[in-house]
Amino acid sequence: MNFIHAYYFSLFAVVALLFIPYLGVRAGLEAFFGIIIPYLAFIAFLGGVINQILKWARTPVPYRVPTTCGQNKTLPWVKRTIRDKFENPESMLYVIGRMFMEIVFFRSLFRNMRMELRPWQKYPEGGKLIYWSNKWLWIGALAFHYSFLIILLRHLRLFMETSPSFVNLIESVDGFFILSTPTTYVSGIILLISAIYLLLRRMLDIKLRYISLASDYFPLFLILGIGITGILMRYFYRVDMVAVKELTLGLATFHPTIPDGIGAIFYIHLFLVSVLFAYFPFSKLMHMPGVFFSVTRNMAGNNRWVRHVNPWEYTPILFSYMEQEDLYRKQMKKAGIPLEKDIDLEE
Amino acid sequence: MPEEKKEIINSLKDTGFYKPGKIYDPGYIIAGIVIFIILAALPFLYNAGKAAKMPEPKLDTPEILQLSEAERVCVLPKQEMRENHMVLLNEWRDQVVREGNREYTGYTGKKYTVSLQNTCMECHSNYDEFCNECHRYTVQTPVCWNCHLQKPKEWAR
Repeated sequence: MNFIHAYYFSLFAVVALLFIPYLGVRAGLEAFFGIIIPYLAFIAFLGGVINQILKWARTPVPYRVPTTCGQNKTLPWVKRTIRDKFENPESMLYVIGRMFMEIVFFRSLFRNMRMELRPWQKYPEGGKLIYWSNKWLWIGALAFHYSFLIILLRHLRLFMETSPSFVNLIESVDGFFILSTPTTYVSGIILLISAIYLLLRRMLDIKLRYISLASDYFPLFLILGIGITGILMRYFYRVDMVAVKELTLGLATFHPTIPDGIGAIFYIHLFLVSVLFAYFPFSKLMHMPGVFFSVTRNMAGNNRWVRHVNPWEYTPILFSYMEQEDLYRKQMKKAGIPLEKDIDLEE
Repeated sequence: MPEEKKEIINSLKDTGFYKPGKIYDPGYIIAGIVIFIILAALPFLYNAGKAAKMPEPKLDTPEILQLSEAERVCVLPKQEMRENHMVLLNEWRDQVVREGNREYTGYTGKKYTVSLQNTCMECHSNYDEFCNECHRYTVQTPVCWNCHLQKPKEWAR
């Protein structure tokens, strides 16, 4: 699948997903798109994620394979700094610290290095090989994931009758810029900008474009679609919020209702979110639980003092030389191969 | 060949390490799955045993009761006010503050003076039972009321 196929396939798939709920609502299928699809998507999400976690948990990881870039614990006079202890963890405590920095600060993206040949007149070759620390992906990923998290938490107010105080705090900080009467949420803007950056990065960098597949573009388009419909619904094509909360709270309290007078844009938004949830367990988005299973991060580098046995290790079925000679003695004799136990063919 | 394979699998089983379907590190796995389920089902758990109460904005202020049935209309139709009243208030703010124009013609053709406190809240004089009823339900804290209304402390959520 080349770039054109992958890109347009994903784009048209998301555009088609916009039309399904729109036509459905026009045909009077509000209950299907407002109740049945969200519940099914949630069940698929929960079941799919747990199933995949159990599948991963059944995979043995026989040896310690952490990627290390610090001094391992060794003889007492070899100096180790705190950095070495996190880069080459010797115990569970440091592994937890390392995982924490990975999950919360995306440390491995922070360490991203880029090798580039830059034109350089002073050098006889006319070029110079430079290594530089490329932080753009790290910044983009951090902005994307955290704004997504804040948006997710903010939506809790639709699923709880009285939202907990931390949701209200997030909302008031997020809505700091009061540009218009429904206060402008910064997270929504950052999500769109960072998602567009992540998309352009795949499209414009020729090396990345070569390795990008439809499964890379589709989630990005889907999340962009969710963000755009959400922003349209909040700031442009407004919907009756009381009716929306009646629907969402009905879902959360298992008393689903379909109130009248909610615009089609809400059902489109809800349908795209349902698609994201249902698609989640079968996609690259599984890096959310998967990061905890990354064997190059979640293991202590203790090979020097703990013996790790391969679960597949077994006593091989041996076929010794004498057994072979016993089996093929006649043939070997005919071929003139020297034997340990000689025989006489005439007999 | 299948015989040999069977033999290898049997000898693998003898080692005690090879267990198809065995879950490695069950403690971590179960803890992780439990945390995941709790986080994913947080809204359901939070609402367990609670019945959702719908907001009931009250329209029974003395000013509204004085009006005859035909006169009980707002500046825009009901559904449009529900969805877009904040847009209207924004437009009104710009119209008054920037253009100094205090005239507005409602959808019925009636003329109104553009003012939140003197027009809107003349009829809807019950802030807590009308405005705040839905704002509380949808957890909205519009900044209008920072200036336009002296709220008693107990109304703050």
